[in-house]
Amino acid sequence: MGDSLLQLSDAERRLLNDFQHGLPLDPCPFARIADALGMSESQVIEALQALQASGVVSRVGPVFRPNRVGVSTLAALAVPSERLAEVATLVSACPEVNHNYEREHAYNLWFVVTAPDRERLDEVLDDIADRSGLDVLDLPMLEDYFIDLGFRLQWT
Amino acid sequence: MDMIVTPSPLLADERAQALISAIQDGLPLVPRPYAAIGERIGLSEQEVIECLRILLEQGVIKRLGVVVRHRPLGYDANAMVVWDVPDERVQALGVCLGRFPFVTLCYRRPRRLPVWPYNLFTMIHGRDREQVLARVAELVDRCDLGDVPHQALFSRQCFKQRGARYGRARGSDAGSLEVVQ
Repeated sequence: MGDSLLQLSDAERRLLNDFQHGLPLDPCPFARIADALGMSESQVIEALQALQASGVVSRVGPVFRPNRVGVSTLAALAVPSERLAEVATLVSACPEVNHNYEREHAYNLWFVVTAPDRERLDEVLDDIADRSGLDVLDLPMLEDYFIDLGFRLQWT
Repeated sequence: MDMIVTPSPLLADERAQALISAIQDGLPLVPRPYAAIGERIGLSEQEVIECLRILLEQGVIKRLGVVVRHRPLGYDANAMVVWDVPDERVQALGVCLGRFPFVTLCYRRPRRLPVWPYNLFTMIHGRDREQVLARVAELVDRCDLGDVPHQALFSRQCFKQRGARYGRARGSDAGSLEVVQ
């Protein structure tokens, strides 16, 4: 368990666990959260600011459903190990790429490409294939079976 | 193979586009965040709230709330576990796997034979590698996957992680959207 977890108060833990979805659509959402947690509005806002500053919280806001605002795909390359750093840098440099990870497999570089439309997505994948000299595995999502209710945190 | 792209009538609405662009990096942590966002894009607080309600209802926004990073909280291991499921079973198994609390993504994707036979993708988190593998074993047991070939691709290093950009490059105002893949 990470050290950062041990420093969280009970209220902060509930703030993280209970409000990953359903942020109140009320003019004062943090006051409504404060009501639910027995805190003051300014305590909630300060706690969220601190959690964001420490990197525990990436943001308070929306998670968008894939392919509802533009298109995206999961792509992979089988990169010879001596070229991994070079190819990873080339891939990361594309503004359309995010979540570029090394994974343990012959296909060892996995990244998500997003674009306004399929045509632009294909251009980006072709460009990466040309510049790396490797075949790109293009694995667009066909069906989503997961209903995102946030991430249930388990403290023990 | 084509992507499934569901056009959303609301997205034709420039106000919704402006709102999506204004909130994608998060709401300001101030007492009236919807009013503050509205001020930036020329909408009233009530219009922002109504527009968000519609985007949530339409499923364009999957959830609105605190977006937690897993790693700082001690969830250090994650594996993309891929399954080669017979086509006639993929729907039922996808629904079955997607229900487990430690499965954070569950997608069907195309096979790319002969190099890539796997058509069902799950992301599984755990405190360490052993816990992730124990959870894979639990899935095999409880969803009756004993005969289904699968592999766990643990992440080794992250080269880049940030929200996705959907807009055409327009300099710094291109903005970013967090997408789960």
